Amino acid sequence: MHLQCPIPKTDFDVITLGHGSGGQLTSRLLDTFVINQLSNPELEKRLDGAILQLDGNLAFSTDSYVVSPIFFPGGNIGDLAINGTVNDLAMCGALPKYLSLSFIIEEGLPVSEFWEVIQSIKQAASKANISIVTGDTKVVEKGKGDKLFINTSGIGRLHPKAQIDVNRVSAGDVIIVSNKIAHHGMAIMSVREGLIFESNILTDSKPLAHVCMSCLDKFGDSIKLFRDPTRGGVATTLTEIAESCGKGIFIQEKNISLDPSVEGACEMLGLDPLYVANEGVFIVIVDALKANEFLEFLSQKEETSFAFKLGEVTDSYEGKVILESKMKGKRVLTKLIGDQLPRIC
Amino acid sequence: MKYVTEYRDADIVHSYLACIKSIVTKPWTIMEVCGGQTHSLVKHGLLDILPPEITIVHGPGCPVCVTPQSLINQAVSLSIDHKVILCSFGDMLRVPGSKMSLLEAKARGADVRILYSPLEAVEIAKKFPDKQVVFFAVGFETTAPANALSVLHAYRAGLKNYSILTAHVLVPPAIRAIMDDPHTRVNGFLAAGHVCTIMGNSEYYPIAEEYKIPLVVTGFEPVDLMQGLYLTIQQLEEGKFEVINQYSRVVKEEGNPEARAVINKVFEVSHRNWRGIGVIPRSGYALREEFALYDAEKKFGFLSQDQENVNGCIAGSILKGLKKPKDCPHFNKTCTPLNPLGAPMVSTEGACAAYYHFSGIIE
Repeated sequence: MHLQCPIPKTDFDVITLGHGSGGQLTSRLLDTFVINQLSNPELEKRLDGAILQLDGNLAFSTDSYVVSPIFFPGGNIGDLAINGTVNDLAMCGALPKYLSLSFIIEEGLPVSEFWEVIQSIKQAASKANISIVTGDTKVVEKGKGDKLFINTSGIGRLHPKAQIDVNRVSAGDVIIVSNKIAHHGMAIMSVREGLIFESNILTDSKPLAHVCMSCLDKFGDSIKLFRDPTRGGVATTLTEIAESCGKGIFIQEKNISLDPSVEGACEMLGLDPLYVANEGVFIVIVDALKANEFLEFLSQKEETSFAFKLGEVTDSYEGKVILESKMKGKRVLTKLIGDQLPRIC
Repeated sequence: MKYVTEYRDADIVHSYLACIKSIVTKPWTIMEVCGGQTHSLVKHGLLDILPPEITIVHGPGCPVCVTPQSLINQAVSLSIDHKVILCSFGDMLRVPGSKMSLLEAKARGADVRILYSPLEAVEIAKKFPDKQVVFFAVGFETTAPANALSVLHAYRAGLKNYSILTAHVLVPPAIRAIMDDPHTRVNGFLAAGHVCTIMGNSEYYPIAEEYKIPLVVTGFEPVDLMQGLYLTIQQLEEGKFEVINQYSRVVKEEGNPEARAVINKVFEVSHRNWRGIGVIPRSGYALREEFALYDAEKKFGFLSQDQENVNGCIAGSILKGLKKPKDCPHFNKTCTPLNPLGAPMVSTEGACAAYYHFSGIIE
């Protein structure tokens, strides 16, 4: 296990029910492992909540993280929990500023693992330039959880040019995907119990707020919609968009950008990459007049260097997503039915 | 992806399509036997590009679809009443039993696990010697060798806590049952490439001869399917009825004798009840008497007496190609992949689920 920071000396190796009691053990755990590491003036006040000042229109989002296993190639539940909420705010057109952080820990979690998660949270928070200003820690009995669950909520200030609204989506708009797809889901699959296979696929979990803000700086209201295709993948997200706006969405299979290792793993397991989760990719629907310039802009940025045009919004196929295969045949894409991959985020 | 992408070449697909269009003179109904072929036809949008003369009907080759409800009830009962670790391929979990699916049983606390291989179930049995482990062994001739091997592994390891709930079915008797139906509309078959990989082609010559129908042993990629269709239509137009092996890069004439030896060691041919079709004589595999210890039905007795509940599902007519999913009054109304009334709407290889994804185009 690679630790960024040496683990503090403690007289306990695993987290016990006492660490969630609110008493002395809780204080020791929080002081050493959480507040010390994620320190900022608001958190240090140790109030029951955070007192914040923010001007203008705000975005507010929350998400819970129950991924299994909690460590996976390229990341862990900690950075996933920060990036996930940061990205949800970014998809609203907001620059994330403050996050809450709550743990539900199953007793018996090794302290070393908790430490590694905290270190990832610290790094992810710093990278996304957000402060963790309030939080909570509970411990449940062995067998009543699965190592560690995390909830994060976040607040961000809306970009002044943002007009993210599904009702602004109109026929002719272009659908762009910001990077190669299906990395996160396949990274989790590669380490799932009973299915471990050798691969070099890493999660794509990363904060997308800064790239989204720079898009808004440059393209403003030409951007109709941002969405991040996490659970259920690109296909499910597009179906939700089509249903919400009542327009048709027409996409072409030949445009999809896939890493060969991801394509091979999907093929081997019989999974459709369009339904596999992403944690560092966004879908953007943009005015057709700006689409080429937008794509060029994205492809020059590291986080979105493999951005591709997937398709367009149309007045045909009302409320449906139609995929044209490489063979030029068409079929309807639907939302993911059931679970393709249990517990991926 | 080498050896796959070559068979997904759109130009080659379209040259075969052009060939089909140039020779077809009248309507033909062709059945692809295997659910994997159904899935591929839909996934690659091939149904959408075929000329109107060609009607494709999806055959009974989806193991999930033809497993009778009584066996699903049995699996549910094993997981809940006998508290076994019930291992299964993923698709089986959502198929409705009379009272509940395996997925609902899992939600109620049953230990139901999704595996990719029956050999993993043997490993689970080794790991939990105090628990009974049952593998739900569904499938055609293709999955039979691995399931048989799991029994042999358990036997050699001296495991007393491993057994299989067998629902194995065979392709040739199903083709005969379809052709024996006086209402059949099928003019030719794309035979299932992977089944023939194990069994070889010899079982199909008498069928082609007896029923005067062309059978083309076909693979699963778009180029395979289009070439298979072309070879079938060419025969139909010329009045021929031969067995042709389109999938020769994988299927050998004699099949795989080693795999068949494993099957024959563990299984014997038996009568089987097919969902919606009924009992077809000598159409499946059952464990041989010497492996009775590994037969979940013998080990636990036939537990569930729940009556089959068909909810108006017309699976039998669908699987025989007599009706199309859109002929069913429940299709895309009370029966959808999220709330399936019957198995053909559950599996991605099922005819109804296939049409569900295609129906938005044709309606």
